[in-house]
Amino acid sequence: MTAVIAPEAPATSATRTMTGAEMVMQALKDQGVEVIFGYPGGAVLPIYDALFKQNFVRHILVRHEQAAVHAAEGYARSTGKVGVVLVTSGPGATNAVTGLTDALMDSIPLVCLTGQVPTHLIGNDAFQECDTTGITRPCTKHNYLVKRIEDLPRVLHEAFTVASSGRPGPVVIDLPKDIQFATGPYESLVGRAHPTYRPRLDAEDALIDQALDHLVRAERPIIYGGGGIINAGPEASEALKEFVRLTGFPCTLTLMGLGAYPASDKQFLGMLGMHGTYEANLAMHHCDVMLNVGARFDDRVTGKLTAFSPNSTKIHVDIDPSSINKNVRVDLPIIGDAGRVLRRMVARWRERGLSARTDALPLWWGQIEEWRRRDCLSYRRSDSIIKPQYAIQRLFEKTKDRNVFITTEVGQHQMWAAQFFGFDKPNRWMTSGGLGTMGYGLPAAMGTQIAHPGATVIDIAGEASILMNIQELSTLVQYRLPVKVFILNNRWMGMVRQWQELLHGSRYSESYSEALPDFIKLADAFGATGLRATNPAELETVIDTMLATDGPVVCDIAVDEKENCFPMIPSGAGHHEMLLGPEDKADPVATEEGMVLV
Amino acid sequence: MPTSQVISRHVIAVIVDNEPGILARVVGLFSGRGYNIESLTVAEVSHARHQSRITIVTSGTTMVIEQIKAQLARLVPVHTVADLTVESPCIERELALIKVRCTGEERIEALRIADIFRARALDATHNSFVFELTGGTEKLDAFCSLMEPLGLVEISRTGVVAIARGPTAIGEAAAA
Repeated sequence: MTAVIAPEAPATSATRTMTGAEMVMQALKDQGVEVIFGYPGGAVLPIYDALFKQNFVRHILVRHEQAAVHAAEGYARSTGKVGVVLVTSGPGATNAVTGLTDALMDSIPLVCLTGQVPTHLIGNDAFQECDTTGITRPCTKHNYLVKRIEDLPRVLHEAFTVASSGRPGPVVIDLPKDIQFATGPYESLVGRAHPTYRPRLDAEDALIDQALDHLVRAERPIIYGGGGIINAGPEASEALKEFVRLTGFPCTLTLMGLGAYPASDKQFLGMLGMHGTYEANLAMHHCDVMLNVGARFDDRVTGKLTAFSPNSTKIHVDIDPSSINKNVRVDLPIIGDAGRVLRRMVARWRERGLSARTDALPLWWGQIEEWRRRDCLSYRRSDSIIKPQYAIQRLFEKTKDRNVFITTEVGQHQMWAAQFFGFDKPNRWMTSGGLGTMGYGLPAAMGTQIAHPGATVIDIAGEASILMNIQELSTLVQYRLPVKVFILNNRWMGMVRQWQELLHGSRYSESYSEALPDFIKLADAFGATGLRATNPAELETVIDTMLATDGPVVCDIAVDEKENCFPMIPSGAGHHEMLLGPEDKADPVATEEGMVLV
Repeated sequence: MPTSQVISRHVIAVIVDNEPGILARVVGLFSGRGYNIESLTVAEVSHARHQSRITIVTSGTTMVIEQIKAQLARLVPVHTVADLTVESPCIERELALIKVRCTGEERIEALRIADIFRARALDATHNSFVFELTGGTEKLDAFCSLMEPLGLVEISRTGVVAIARGPTAIGEAAAA
């Protein structure tokens, strides 16, 4: 690509001469960025200097670059805006890699600015040098190394377009230090179309009609929605709700899609997949027409591919053509934005005066109600010890009427949160789905709280995960962010232990959380409030106190150490081979195959 | 074998912005996702537009080939992806430079075979030749195997370049 602006171009009214570092700040302002998450270092000092001299962009100083990226993810996921990160070269960039990969897997729009050694030192193994564009190429949607000041305005604005359009994702801009000092002409290019990158947003009506033809004839239909609906904005969730109500079809959602359809609604079957509900998974298995909107047939959802929904006609709506036929061969692919396609489906259903099969649909619902009566999420209650499921249920009940946002770490607590915390609105649930990053929840909660200062933001955590980014308690205290950390402490890496129990003969290799800190003292050391509950009565008080306390709170909830997360589809099994509780044993044949899977 | 499991060879042409890292992006995509590369060639084709053409010979099931094309198309600097094997009949050519070391009767035989294949001798010494040969992959393979017993010591091949037959250019809708 050639530069858009020639270096000697005369300054027009729209063009101003400034340094690279000033261009960065100006472009952030022009893009409407209000907050960035970062950590300074030698190679980004000019940008931090430009940051110091302005007051429209707020900088949140994290304690580790990985947390800066997760905070930006929480910010982006809860607002729909692009999250922005600023880190230095070398270790700053490599520490950001986990967060970037997480954002790529979960399609979160981010722009990450990394410092780089001056251009004349690139390739010399200079201090804090690393091949940032090389390292981040497979974990970003796109990345740039800016070697000429004339390219910088275009690259800065293009990065926002690429990050936020089509299937969103992280974009890295690597900025050598001499480019930050160099001067050149700057012009705002907000909203300029990209020369080649033009994702398709609208589907042809002919395809929409074909999809409706399948759906209207269906005897056992199901709608399966994913994170793409969340990414398409709150209007997409509205359109989904309208379409589900209009058709009377059952609806299930992936982990990333929770909130796209109200959890409290009767037509919602709960989450599907490895730890999804019995009714959602069996409905997927036995359906005759499946409409997938903005989900990617992930292996946690499909289970064994050859056993996945064997007799259904599959319709797949996705904005990313590479998601089509990647894992599961579909009958009708529709490329487009989830919201726009759903709105068009609603409109065409109405225009054509369609109605679902009145002879078949009640029978299908009858079958689903029968599956529902298995009450797959039930667990053995206790008066003396806190069941983890019960802790989440109480947290949900006590925060229902608040403006609440939930983030999680990764493991059993994450699955229990997904099963027992009901989301009626999109953008309220921030979790690491694709990459499964322990340590995601606390920084993500931080970013969410920055975006929603008055809201109740809770990180549902495990005692192992929380230690992976515990340093961010310091950030919470610095910025007076009243994030609540709700640790389900079972003293084990619970999901690892569960797999070892079910698949590795209860040989608990290295999964015990030895030498845990005293979380109350730990919170106290950081200047936060620490609380502990060891029985169901204390749980009530702790949740009430947590919600009534200003500022960050860490709750150490001592839960049943041996509880496992059910239902569960063992790796390598099909949807119809679910384990519903501790009494069910995994089929040894499926287990052999499943062991090699993750 | 069900048709979905049949592995076939495809020649894919990709027009890209000629920017640093683009080849690494394409190669990284293939290695990261476990696709095969049988050959890959790249060169700038439009200096004015800063565009290069990458020709990739790959193989896989229909589903894998579809994935490869979709994954290539979603790279930001990629303009056009064309599956030349599927979209139209295409011409494939490769160029090879082949060094043969031999004397006496074998030297005469090498020249005779070169003549049959219409290979050109670009360099000659009393005991060696460097031949230039252009053609399809199979022709080049055949030439090399005939030269093997005569003293073949070194081969340099370009890999396949390809173009569709007929008036339609890459990225254009096929002429009605």
